[in-house]
Amino acid sequence: MTRFSEKEQRVAAFALLGFGAAAAIPLVDDGYYLSLSVNIAMYAVLCTAWTLFSGPTHYISLATAAFFGIGTYTVGLGIDSLPFPLLLAIAGIAAAILAGLVGVATLRLSGVYFVIFTLGLAELVRQVVTWLQTNFTTSVGLYVFTDMTEKHIFWMLLALAAIVYATGWLINRSRLGFAMRIIGNDETVARHVGIDVARSKVILFMVSGAFIGITGAILAPRFAYVEPPSAFNPVISFQVVIMALLGGTGRLWAPLLGVIPFTILFDRISSSFPNHTSLLIGVAFMAIVYFLPRGVIGLIEDFRKPRAGKAGTVAPVPEAAE
Amino acid sequence: MDILITGTVLGGTYALIALGLTLQYGVARIMNLANGENLVLACFCAFWLYTAASINPVIGIAIIAPAAFLLNWLIYVYAMKPLVDRAKNRGQLEVDSILATFGLMFIMQGVMLLVFGGSYFSYNFLSEPVRILGANYGLNRIVALGAAVVIAAGLYLFLYRTRYGTAIRAVSVSPSSASLVAINVPRASAFAFALGGALTAAGGALLSTFYTFNSSMGVIFTMKALIIVIMGGVGDVRGAVLAALLLGLAETAVASLIDPGLTLAATYTLFIIVLLIRPQGIFGRQTA
Amino acid sequence: MTGRALLSVETVRKAFGGLVAINDVDFTVKQSELIGLIGPNGSGKTTMMNLISGALKPTSGTIRLDGEAISGLPAHKISQRGVARTFQLVRILPSLSAVENVIAGAVFGHIRAWGDDAYREAEVLLERVGLGGRGSAPTGSMTYIDQKRLELARALASNPRLLLLDEWLAGLNPSELKIGIELIRDLREDGRTIIMVEHVMDAIRSLCDRCVVMSSGVKIADGSVHDVLNQPEVVTAYLGADDA
Repeated sequence: MTRFSEKEQRVAAFALLGFGAAAAIPLVDDGYYLSLSVNIAMYAVLCTAWTLFSGPTHYISLATAAFFGIGTYTVGLGIDSLPFPLLLAIAGIAAAILAGLVGVATLRLSGVYFVIFTLGLAELVRQVVTWLQTNFTTSVGLYVFTDMTEKHIFWMLLALAAIVYATGWLINRSRLGFAMRIIGNDETVARHVGIDVARSKVILFMVSGAFIGITGAILAPRFAYVEPPSAFNPVISFQVVIMALLGGTGRLWAPLLGVIPFTILFDRISSSFPNHTSLLIGVAFMAIVYFLPRGVIGLIEDFRKPRAGKAGTVAPVPEAAE
Repeated sequence: MDILITGTVLGGTYALIALGLTLQYGVARIMNLANGENLVLACFCAFWLYTAASINPVIGIAIIAPAAFLLNWLIYVYAMKPLVDRAKNRGQLEVDSILATFGLMFIMQGVMLLVFGGSYFSYNFLSEPVRILGANYGLNRIVALGAAVVIAAGLYLFLYRTRYGTAIRAVSVSPSSASLVAINVPRASAFAFALGGALTAAGGALLSTFYTFNSSMGVIFTMKALIIVIMGGVGDVRGAVLAALLLGLAETAVASLIDPGLTLAATYTLFIIVLLIRPQGIFGRQTA
Repeated sequence: MTGRALLSVETVRKAFGGLVAINDVDFTVKQSELIGLIGPNGSGKTTMMNLISGALKPTSGTIRLDGEAISGLPAHKISQRGVARTFQLVRILPSLSAVENVIAGAVFGHIRAWGDDAYREAEVLLERVGLGGRGSAPTGSMTYIDQKRLELARALASNPRLLLLDEWLAGLNPSELKIGIELIRDLREDGRTIIMVEHVMDAIRSLCDRCVVMSSGVKIADGSVHDVLNQPEVVTAYLGADDA
């Protein structure tokens, strides 16, 4: 399995072209469109990283804001003493450790426990960080002064996106990816063919969390002033879920189909009607559940092969025999 | 002592909210993440009834609870039932209902933000102090606790002493077997969902008498209710009440002894302990 | 064939709350032996299979594979030690192709094949169970017998030391049954160690060296098929006391 198939070569060529074109954006514009592109690139990385884990496992993670905030804070704390690339690595490791702890505690249990736990995680970390800062340091916020501009952030995000896609692609070809497909079909069978189901899920969650943490770290210079409510903003978690599901979680690149339109829409709505963003998020959730349960990619696939019949992608619920 | 009483009052209100959620999840099989918004909406209704029509919030429950019952019935029939019918298995229903109720949560929150704005609300109701064992407490808190006890006891009697209550408990154990003994499962599910909403709303009306509330605090309450439900064991009334009191006490203890900013950390610590030691809940039975 | 015990079940008990599903059962399976585990419905056969494969943990007692205790280990560890199984209600992986279903058995378990080797092996196994050339077929629309064949191929893919067949022949029509019995006989000829839970008595008679009979969680007989099926306790267990 070392050679690339013709299809893979085509996809790779297409991806290279896409990245090349995207990398040229800062040369054309450095105002509104660049800023929008940074948002799109950020959500592209976040959603793809989210999908790495939530796509095959069907667990809905709302921990994005927690990992993201940890990344941002790592940079905020260390920017004066350590080089930026090292901070990115530390951010990834810290987020992965948190993901590992959460995973060990919750991933052996059903999906509901996991959703609830991750729902509060960002808030929990925010409370703890605020408490630590008010009690053991002088101020609640942190200044991040760098000479990095939007375009550096954008290029870093693009590079990270490339790494995320490459990782996703490698995982899909690996034993871990194959194990996840089996787990997605039937966990009982997975266990009985020798897969350590809990461990596989935790590893994948850690990989996903690490990328989200690094994204948070890359964006820290953009905030300039880092404080708990902005770094651990729970809305990010929900936006990521919406965009990823809107695009679809069956393919590595599918979330992108949700990221681009929703980021633009959200940007427009929040600048013209700032009080309506909650409504927008609510309506988006409803629309996905009732009209687009398989995302935009599902629509495209239905359109391509209208007579192929519905693929049963959801695993049967395991039931104890006798 | 102070912690004990304040914690019990808080726990009593949590209990109503959690009972609402446990009915919705245990019987109707819908994990309703918009439950906290339901609560906040009830807070606003109680506030409005009291300030505009000077109706006592405890009496106001008689208006708010039936209204919430109706609202939640409609939500179940028009929004949740299609998902139940479409789901091929319980796992899919779980994911769908989580996403749909998230949608509902944001929509309700968005509407309340538009109507009431984001600022904090509170009103004065029975705020004169009473002395219990040498310390002062707001009369409103004591009344709220009393009302919560009455409502919870009523629910217990309904579920364990009436025919329809038994039917609902049967659905919570096994919907397929319940339908074999001529229980109308869709109807019982809708009823339980609506009743759960009414209970939560009652909890909200009581909470509003002593708590400052705003449009976007629902999520925190949903989360606490969920944690209580899991701690108590899904569908378990006694477990939910006990877990709610435990949580109320733990939070109050942490808030007054360590730092009010760490209440959620306290909640989570309890949650993790339960997950690691007794994931089936306090009274839950070990399943294979 | 005389040999050492590959599997030994030692005073194993499994209780669900107050209900004792398996009550201090002992038996052994020798290398290359094919034994039938039989008994009326609800006698604890599938529970026993679940205990051996690690889907359930015994309340007390020990299960040893080749002398090493495996009871209490999680299912994936037991699988990695070389125990493979099929399920009472067939469980295929619907979104994977037939050949991927088989490879699934070879990657994580007792042997850890990957890549082209695993693929070639899987094709050979598909051929063997009678699904030759259908490796890329979608599995969701396969007939029942083909799904059962696929599940058997998946179990064999790990080259298991012990194979557990949980009512693998149930639900097959007479001509399919004949094919199924031939397939198992073939495996036995290879010297594979097999425990089969089965209600189809013809299959037990024609295939098994030995039979363990269970009733209400207790082992009531253990011996050659002919002897066991004529024991009065066994007849009573199946037909009820009045008819005996």
